[in-house]
Amino acid sequence: MATTFQDALARLRETRVWKSIFRRGPALTNRTRSLAVFGNLFFHFLPVKVREKSLRVRATYYLGSISFLLFVILAVSGVLLMFYYHPAVPQAYRDMKDLRFVVSNGVFLRNLHRLAAQLMVLVVFLHMFHVFYRGGYKPPHEFNWVVGVILLLVTLFLSYTGYLLPWDQLAFWAITVGTNIISAMPVLGKYVRFQLLGGNLVGENALLRFYVLHCVVLPLAAVLFIAVHFWRVQKDGGLTVKGEDGRKGN
Amino acid sequence: MDEKETSHETGFSSDAKKNPQRIVFITRKTSAKVNGEIPGQVMAYPHLLLRESIAFQVLIIAIVLLALAWDAPLEQLANPLVTPNPAKAPWYFLGLQELLHYFPPLVAGILIPTLVVISLVVIPYFNVNVEGEPMWSTNSSRRLRALLATLAVLEIFLGVFQAWTVFVPTAAIGGIAVFSFFIAPTSTGLGRYLRSRAASWWVMTWFICVAVVLTVVGTFFRGPGWSWIWPWRGHAG
Repeated sequence: MATTFQDALARLRETRVWKSIFRRGPALTNRTRSLAVFGNLFFHFLPVKVREKSLRVRATYYLGSISFLLFVILAVSGVLLMFYYHPAVPQAYRDMKDLRFVVSNGVFLRNLHRLAAQLMVLVVFLHMFHVFYRGGYKPPHEFNWVVGVILLLVTLFLSYTGYLLPWDQLAFWAITVGTNIISAMPVLGKYVRFQLLGGNLVGENALLRFYVLHCVVLPLAAVLFIAVHFWRVQKDGGLTVKGEDGRKGN
Repeated sequence: MDEKETSHETGFSSDAKKNPQRIVFITRKTSAKVNGEIPGQVMAYPHLLLRESIAFQVLIIAIVLLALAWDAPLEQLANPLVTPNPAKAPWYFLGLQELLHYFPPLVAGILIPTLVVISLVVIPYFNVNVEGEPMWSTNSSRRLRALLATLAVLEIFLGVFQAWTVFVPTAAIGGIAVFSFFIAPTSTGLGRYLRSRAASWWVMTWFICVAVVLTVVGTFFRGPGWSWIWPWRGHAG
């Protein structure tokens, strides 16, 4: 059974259609395995070869990969939630009730999105601290560390803008508390807060602005910087491995 | 001092401009092609991609189970006229909200976060600990005095503002750092580990400890009017 399946798969990989999609035959030699990575739009951010040591769980705990996967889960569940959501007062809150009582699996969808969001903030922090303790910011990785800090801020803003969208008491007052801090900024504080909220109070305009930031602007920024982040890992010569070049971690 | 034995110096100087070393010798009619592979490398396809896909599948299973078990909260419709007490920010900002309790908004809400972001960005450009050199490897007595002075100034400042939830973790980490100076160089295990830590390690560990304590206190130990509560005594929020 297994051999018939493998035979079928092997024959499939030799077909013209398969080769037209993947631009190569079966990945049996190192040459075709290289092609599998750099001949593929989605994988070409990755290095063709990696150090065996950097594959060990203890080297990364897969924290960067997990952050990325959580982002993918958030994008998919977020798009599904958008089908049921209106960024308007008080319809936004009614949509939350619909998700709970009307929409099939609506509760699960919202749970998944919220859980992945909380986890992503946590995992991105853990990823940063782990990279610091391994000395992953050292040359030639300096700029990728900065990209990482930008991604941390984008993650926090994504989570924060999403916090307002259910339009319940929790959301309203969390955003009120947070944006009140901004007005403590000298000179610009009041102006920045007004621009962010589209008014002096958290209201309908604030909900619309946070919605657009949360669903369009910040995800696009995240995708852009994630692409740069991955690509720079490869261009800067792979992950930092302890003990390499006689270099120690922290 | 055992740092000379654990030194990672190889035959080559790390600064090629100062001390150029002949690495290859290319004669006529030979090319400078790379001979052989860098050892310990594997193809990303399938080795890396296989592991990543397994990690992804495990994570998806775990997160689906958690999402089935744990409902996202939903409170009453937003009402600007009814302020919950306490009104709390999302958990990752509760450390900042805890700081706001002690310091004026300009310091806690604007200055400290800005300084944290700036310090994170400049870490790689200030050659923070490129060599991974232990804090006590050179000038150890002068460094001990500098550490004690910094700690004293910091703790007096925190004491004046009565910022006890920053004061305590600072005292704990600072105390362990000072203690690590007195650990015998011959010790093993945890003692050896602490003694060989770099200054940057201590600063980051202090920062993480303070951030974690502030966030945990802000999340679980603060009740109405930002007063101290014990979470197991059944306060709401």
